[in-house]
Amino acid sequence: MKLVVCVSLVPDSTTKIKIADSQTAIDTAGVAFIINPYDEYAVEEAVQLKEKNGGEVIAVSFGTDKSRDAIKKAFQMGADKGILIKSPVPDFDSYTVARNLADVIKELSPDIVFFGKQSIDFDGLVVPNMVAEILNMPSVNVVTRLDINGGIVTAEREIEGGKEIVTASMPVIIGAQKGLNTPRYPNLKSIMASKSKPIEERPQTYTGNKSEVFEMSLPSAKGKGKILEGGAASVPELVKLLREEAKVI
Amino acid sequence: MSTSNYKGIDYYFIDDMLTDEEKAIRDTVRDFTANEILPVIEKYNQDMKFPFQIIPKMAELGVFGPTLPVEYGGMGINNIAYGLIMQELERGDSGVRSFASVQSALVMYPIFTFGSEEQKKFWLPKLASAEKIGCFGLTEPDFGSNPGSMITRAEKVDGGYLINGAKMWITNGTIADVAVVWAKLDGKVRGFLVEKGTKGFTAPETKGKLSLRASVTSELVFEDCLIPEANLLPKSGGLKSPLMCLTQARYGIAWGVVGLAMACYDTALDYSKSRIQFGKPIAGFQITQEKLAYMVTEITKAQLLNYRLAQLKDNGKMRPQQVSLAKRNNCEIAKIIAGMAREMLGANGILDEYPVMRHMNNIESVKTYEGTHEMHTLILGEDVTGLPAFE
Repeated sequence: MKLVVCVSLVPDSTTKIKIADSQTAIDTAGVAFIINPYDEYAVEEAVQLKEKNGGEVIAVSFGTDKSRDAIKKAFQMGADKGILIKSPVPDFDSYTVARNLADVIKELSPDIVFFGKQSIDFDGLVVPNMVAEILNMPSVNVVTRLDINGGIVTAEREIEGGKEIVTASMPVIIGAQKGLNTPRYPNLKSIMASKSKPIEERPQTYTGNKSEVFEMSLPSAKGKGKILEGGAASVPELVKLLREEAKVI
Repeated sequence: MSTSNYKGIDYYFIDDMLTDEEKAIRDTVRDFTANEILPVIEKYNQDMKFPFQIIPKMAELGVFGPTLPVEYGGMGINNIAYGLIMQELERGDSGVRSFASVQSALVMYPIFTFGSEEQKKFWLPKLASAEKIGCFGLTEPDFGSNPGSMITRAEKVDGGYLINGAKMWITNGTIADVAVVWAKLDGKVRGFLVEKGTKGFTAPETKGKLSLRASVTSELVFEDCLIPEANLLPKSGGLKSPLMCLTQARYGIAWGVVGLAMACYDTALDYSKSRIQFGKPIAGFQITQEKLAYMVTEITKAQLLNYRLAQLKDNGKMRPQQVSLAKRNNCEIAKIIAGMAREMLGANGILDEYPVMRHMNNIESVKTYEGTHEMHTLILGEDVTGLPAFE
C-alpha cells in the first residue's frame, strides 16, 4: 500500500500566544513547535497499516523549512520518506496549502491519504476536504475507526451527538480524530533510524491565497468565571476546560 | 503522544546544544515517564512493589543497554542521549531509573566488556529485550565502601567454580535471571555469571525499606554454589573490573538525580505560585524566592556538568574521578533541593499527592549507593593531592 500522511507543524498546545507587532500573525519568539497532535493519529494509522499490509508511508508537509521537524517526528513514528513543499515565507492560507499538497499527492498516486482532522493552530478543518475536492477523491473526516476490505474503506466518524458509518472506495482521504488509535512513543530504534531517512525538498507550485488575515487579537480579557452545574458528570468537561482553556493543568 | 505539560528545566538553553536525535530520545522517555510511571508510582511506592508491567514497555522503548552496538541488541546511542534517558526516568522514580541502570551499566556493560563472544551473543540481546533480567553483586554485608576486602570466594573444582559468600543491597536480585557476581578466585577479584535456580544460590528480598520502595532490593547467598566453567567472565581481572562497572553506573546516577531535582523544583515552583498566604502567592516572598533561585541555579550547574561529562565520555577522555565529582555534587544538590521542596510545600509536602517526599526518601539511597558522598570526597581528595586518605 502506498500511504501518504500530511503533517503540519503547530505551536505547542501549552504555548501562551502573543500577537506579533504586525497584528496579523503570532509572535513566534520563544514558541516551541510540535507536530500537530491530530497528525500523530494520522501517522500512527498509516504506520499500522504499513506494518499489517506492507508498503510505504510518505510524510508530506507544506510550510517553511521549520516544517521539516513535523516530517522528522513522522519518521520517528515509522514513516519512510518525507517531502517538504517549501514555502519561502509563512504567508499562506488553507487554499494555498491544499493546492500545493494536491499537486504532490496527485503525482504520488497513493491508496490512502491521511490528515489530522484539523491543525490546532488555525483550526480551519478544511484542508483535507479541499484536497479531496481538488483531486476529485472521496474524503471522510473526524474518523475514529477505520477498516479496509479490498479497495473499500469503512470509516466510523463522529457527528454531533452520535456516530456515522461511511464507506468509500480507495483512493480516499481520511481525517484522523482522537480515538482512532493510540500514537506510539517513538522508540530509540526508530529515532536512530530516522536520521538516515530522506526528506525531498520541492518548491511551492501554487501561490495565490484566497483569504487574507487583516487583524489578529487575543480573546478579550477574562470575564466572569464559569460554573458547571452538572455535578460529578461535569468533571470531564471541567478537566477539559482547565487544560484547554485555562491552561493550568 | 504527550499528555504532559512538563517541558523540562532549561534555564541556560541547553537544548540548543542537543541534536535532534538527543532531544527526540529525551522527549520520548519524558512522555513515557508522564504516561507510564507518574500515574502509578505513588501506589507502587506505598505498596513497596516494583511496577513490573512497565518492563516490556521500557524494552520496547529501547532503554536497556542503548549505548551498546546494534549487533548486541543496543541502539548505538551516545552518552548524552543515555544520560537524558536516566534523567527522565528518575524524574519518574529513582527505583525505575535504578532498574534501567542496573540492567544497562551493571549487567550488560560487564558482559559486553569482560564477557566472551558466546556470552555476549547469548545474554546481551536477551537483556536488551528484558527477556532476561540481571543484577550485580559486589557489595557485601561487611564490605561496602571497601569492596576489595570481600569475603565471597570462588574455587576451581571439577566441572566449574564453587562459589561461597553473600552479597547485600542488590537491586533486582530476587527477580534476576542472571547475577553478575564478583568473587575472589585465587586471591584475585573475578566476575561470574550465576543463573537463577542454580543449586546453592538464593536471593531473599530485603524488607522494611523507607527509601527506593518501588524497587526490588535483595541479598544474594551462595552456599557451595557450583557454576559451569563457561560462566566466568574471561576478561575480568582484579578490583578494577567491578570498579569500571561502577563508573558506568555512577555516570547514569549523575544524570538521573538531576531529573529527581527537576521534579522537586517543578513541583515546588508550581505549588508556591498557587499557594496563597497573607494575601499573595508564597512565591512572592523573599525566602521562597531564595530557595527557588538556589534550586534553578544548582540544577543548571548540574546539567552543564553532565553535558560536559558526556562529551568527555563520548570522546574517550572521561576519568573515573570526573564521574565521582558529578555523582557527588549532583546527589548532594538533589538531596538539598528535595528537602527544600518538601519544606516549601508545608504540610502538603508529606502527602503522596506530590512526588517530593518520595524523591526525598529515594535520594538517601541514591546518595549512598555506588559510592557514598564521603568516598567520592576521598576519591577527589586523593586525585588532587596525590595522597590517599582511605585508611
